[in-house]
Amino acid sequence: MKKYETPLLNELEKGPWPSFVKELKKAAKTSEMANDEVGQLEKSFRDKRGYWKHGGIVGVLGYGGGVIGRYSSLPNEFPGVAHFHTVRINQPSGMFYKTDSLRTILDLWDEYGSGLTNMHGSTGDMVLLGCRTEALEPLFAEVTSRGWDLGGSGSALRTPACCVGKARCEWANIDAMDICNDLTQTYQDYVHRPAWPYKFKFKIAGCAVDCVASIARADCSIIGTWKGNIAVDQDVVKDYAKAGMNINAEIVGMCPTGCMSYDGKTLTIDDENCSRCMHCISKMTKALRPTGERGASILIGSKAPIVVGSLLSWVIVPFMKMEPPYTELKELAEKIWEWWDDNAKPRERIGEVIELKGMRSFLEAIGVPPQPQQVLAPRKDPFFFWKDEDLNGKK
Amino acid sequence: MAWLTEQEAKAKRKTDIGPPHYSKMLPPVISKNYGKWKYHEVFTPGTMVHVAESGDKVYTVRVASPRILATESIRAMLDIADKYCDGYIRWTTRNNVEFMTTREENVPLIKKAAEDAGYPAGGIGSGLSNMVHTQGWVHCHSAAADASGLVKAIMDEVYPYFTEKKLPAKTRLALACCVNMCGAVHCSDLAVVAIHRKVPEINHDLVKNMCEIPTTIGACPTRAISPDPAKKSVKINPDKCMYCGNCFTVCPPIDIHRPEEDGVAIVVGGKVGSLRKGPMFSKLAIPYIKNNPPRWPEVVSAVKNILETYANDARKHERIGEWIDRIGWESFFKKTGIEFTYQHIDDFTFARDTFRTSAAFKW
Repeated sequence: MKKYETPLLNELEKGPWPSFVKELKKAAKTSEMANDEVGQLEKSFRDKRGYWKHGGIVGVLGYGGGVIGRYSSLPNEFPGVAHFHTVRINQPSGMFYKTDSLRTILDLWDEYGSGLTNMHGSTGDMVLLGCRTEALEPLFAEVTSRGWDLGGSGSALRTPACCVGKARCEWANIDAMDICNDLTQTYQDYVHRPAWPYKFKFKIAGCAVDCVASIARADCSIIGTWKGNIAVDQDVVKDYAKAGMNINAEIVGMCPTGCMSYDGKTLTIDDENCSRCMHCISKMTKALRPTGERGASILIGSKAPIVVGSLLSWVIVPFMKMEPPYTELKELAEKIWEWWDDNAKPRERIGEVIELKGMRSFLEAIGVPPQPQQVLAPRKDPFFFWKDEDLNGKK
Repeated sequence: MAWLTEQEAKAKRKTDIGPPHYSKMLPPVISKNYGKWKYHEVFTPGTMVHVAESGDKVYTVRVASPRILATESIRAMLDIADKYCDGYIRWTTRNNVEFMTTREENVPLIKKAAEDAGYPAGGIGSGLSNMVHTQGWVHCHSAAADASGLVKAIMDEVYPYFTEKKLPAKTRLALACCVNMCGAVHCSDLAVVAIHRKVPEINHDLVKNMCEIPTTIGACPTRAISPDPAKKSVKINPDKCMYCGNCFTVCPPIDIHRPEEDGVAIVVGGKVGSLRKGPMFSKLAIPYIKNNPPRWPEVVSAVKNILETYANDARKHERIGEWIDRIGWESFFKKTGIEFTYQHIDDFTFARDTFRTSAAFKW
């Protein structure tokens, strides 16, 4: 195997934070591919630029996604990374693993690829980093015959992702892992065969703390919430005070709706004015818990800046019950996709199309009535449309 | 192990089966108490306990990872999980690794074993968690800077805020190696985004053969690209181009790389949770710092400056964006000593919402 001098990368083996260079070099001990990855990366550090070409179309038979083609622009100098494709393996919801189950994937990856991974990619898949085109079919057969499958890529339903949910969190209002798994299984065809104007992401968070960044990174954000009062255990409130918490400053004073008060003995919540933001519950988790009906708020449209600026998701359905098989959610999603498909140009995300066509047009198409929870404020300009049905008093 | 032959692969392959069901991957204490957790307590930035209605407890040790992991390293983690966690392990949405056990006495043993393997415990509560990042020069065609290298250099410097030191509130760092932002950079407390600064150069001879002209024109968000029929290629209007590199993605002969001009911007004040103020976008703090590998010292010290100014000035539970909202952006620039430039004033989609419309501000 070729031996590369790596004076620049060596600098990144120093220091207390785990070193990715050590990881690359571990894989490079037995893999020519990983070794040439190290060589090419050292050159990138020297020249201050990457040396990758954008992928061509590679994949497995019958799928249009799950593999992202990647080729070095210096294949003669670094033949090990001439092909260096990414394989996305759909993670189990919640990213829990039984060790023997994960070892199966590792053994296969050492055989067919570079031995390098990302645990995990930004969307949530396990990312196997670097293999040749001819490895894809046999690797796919090995992986799927053992009960795993590829995730999404391209203009498809991207691998749904969720927080830890009910598995290990007292704040989960909905079964985030089950919803995630159910959507993934129901829409396998949409995950594997890109058929849309652009990508579409679901992320499911159990509460408004949003540990999966659903409100910023999902075309459809599903965020658990409740309709009911916050139960207060006054004895435990006293324990927090005794332990040194300044309840007036840290809890009451930071409540965004001013719906709490504390007289040194009793914590009172005006539940009607609570916006369920999770601040008090997250800081006094032993003393406060939601009660009553549980469900999710459905929001739409968030994305990163490309193409016309980043968006956060907008509330469209303030409250939806979330019981298996999640029929109401799926019917809504299918209406959303149909409208999007009818109205989008290539590479337009749903949020961008709603901006272009108007929220009314979108809400009417998916059958959702106007509600004040959908807006921060009504419009300020007097320029608005009337349709015939509005004038006829039908709406 | 030998590779499957074409015939064997055809016989074995399955399609559209989806991932394994999560229920097969859960530790017994998690399965038993699923949906029945009562509360949790954080002991240290690397350790916590969740207590169920049943009285059962599960202890978690959270450890750092560089996200790029060799199979050998994952096996070492799995060995720890086999020894102390009954053969189960978990990853978090920020690429940390979690070891869970019902036996409290295993907590220090797990912590030590992970640290011995090179993966220190931390990342829970009011401090830094792992820095979410993208592929960079390791694996991406459009990267304007490396990702893992910058993250390593930054996390080495702010390391104590991961393992032991507290900040006013949880602080989420992120890094994107171009404006595509394959990570939640646009809503992070403090984030680095790599940028190009010059109009790409077009190799017209190659465009004819390698690119589809309408797709290339359509890829431009500011409509800066138009046909150049004489050259059977395209031309770029330099007054409209803002160097996103989208055209390079669909047409490689439009070369966006300028090693001496590429670099990073730093954005601050974003968050995703609805707690207190609601989700916020990150805003521009520093428009440009040059690429200086392998350790980007200028970027590292800029990140540290912002983080420590925040740590010293913010109130308890205030995220960076909430702190800046309270003190005002003019105070943010004053306290951090960061220069305010024309680049800070928005001229894109939502510009007018960012201009000040009040006579009340601070000197």
